[in-house]
Amino acid sequence: MLAKRIIPCLDVKDGRVVKGIKFRNLRDAGDPVEQAAIYEEQGADELVFLDISASIDKRRTVVELVRRVAEVLFIPFTVGGGIRTVEDIYSVLRAGADKVSINTAAVQSPKLVEEASAEFGSQCIVVAIDAARLEAESWEVYIYSGTRPTGLNAVEWARKVEELGAGEILLTSIDADGTQRGYDVELTRRVSESVSIPVIASGGAGTPFHVYQVLTEGRADAALMASVLHYGMFTVRGLKKYLRERGVPVRTA
Amino acid sequence: MKVVVLDYAVGNVFSIVNAFRRLGADAVLSFKAGAFDSADAVVLPGVGSYPAAMSRLETLRSYLDGIVGSKPILGICLGLQLFFEESLEGGAPVRGLGYLSGRVVPLPPSVKRPHMGWNQVFNIGSSELLEGVPDGSFFYFAHSFYASTSGEPVKAFTDYGVRFPSVVESGGLYGTQFHPEKSGRVGRIVLENFLRIARR
Repeated sequence: MLAKRIIPCLDVKDGRVVKGIKFRNLRDAGDPVEQAAIYEEQGADELVFLDISASIDKRRTVVELVRRVAEVLFIPFTVGGGIRTVEDIYSVLRAGADKVSINTAAVQSPKLVEEASAEFGSQCIVVAIDAARLEAESWEVYIYSGTRPTGLNAVEWARKVEELGAGEILLTSIDADGTQRGYDVELTRRVSESVSIPVIASGGAGTPFHVYQVLTEGRADAALMASVLHYGMFTVRGLKKYLRERGVPVRTA
Repeated sequence: MKVVVLDYAVGNVFSIVNAFRRLGADAVLSFKAGAFDSADAVVLPGVGSYPAAMSRLETLRSYLDGIVGSKPILGICLGLQLFFEESLEGGAPVRGLGYLSGRVVPLPPSVKRPHMGWNQVFNIGSSELLEGVPDGSFFYFAHSFYASTSGEPVKAFTDYGVRFPSVVESGGLYGTQFHPEKSGRVGRIVLENFLRIARR
């Protein structure tokens, strides 16, 4: 049976982890390689690196990061943050990333999603959607790290990116993100039921129950989380045990 | 031990080259006819699309045909699919290498596509690649098409809307629909087994 995936997300800046594991005795807390290896060993199914650097030589530092991580990691990983062109995608995949995640650029230039999935295959093109609730049953897409509204309806945009060739959707609730009070289960279910590509739920994980909820009621195929894992509130291994005991199919490494 | 990974498409080919290097093999990425002479084993990596890969492989076709049966060939994901007669990826049928009988068809619309993530591989008893891997182990998949075939070359299967072959082996051809280089500990065993096969 296809397992539900647990995906830790690490924020990196200029090749260093700026939001990552805090609770373990790390030799170098900023080293993406060391952090990636810890999560793989804990049983993470994939990793996401979100690059938040804004430097001029951003692409070079990202490629260098990808190369170093790919040398040690035996599980898939995605790189997102500032991916704007086919050349960006090419260089990141070529360096050893399995997927790229496109957010702002997908909204501004939907053709990028189309071209990239035709060129590299849908399976390596993830479209990230940041959405905020407008009213009871409606969510709006935001870009530029959730700072700029687009007027796009999140469910419709999700359908559109599937049509353009995206292989997966990384769906973040802006309302829930950082609250640790649970995922936006309704948003996740709406999007997941509207598309036939996998949906990764993101934003709001605080307890193992929240993850359980979004994977069952929310119909997510995978759950992404950051702080709860980085601060050791629970571990990937403990979370998977919790999910397995409640009948959610997860990979036993 | 020299492993040549055929560089026929854009995508993450670094991971497979790197995985073999970590296991002590001299792995290189190449798209030259000369590479076949010095190779102990050849890998068709799991990147790109079927039509693009076949059209690029056309120039190396005769060299590849020449080593079937004498040097082991590992096909990963798309690489496995290339072993078969034809594929429907891209709409109209595209001819494959034709080493194995069967055609590559889309996964049924009843399941989410791509088939993305970790799924179980069953019935692995008679597979050389899976020696030492427990039945029902999870491997990493990322594909929308599968090889529709039956019979002797099918060494293990996976269920996803349909029961499809996740490992095929036949006369020096070794194929995995999953990505061993992305499948953690069990994936590493598969690659080690392939190197062991190549060494004998």
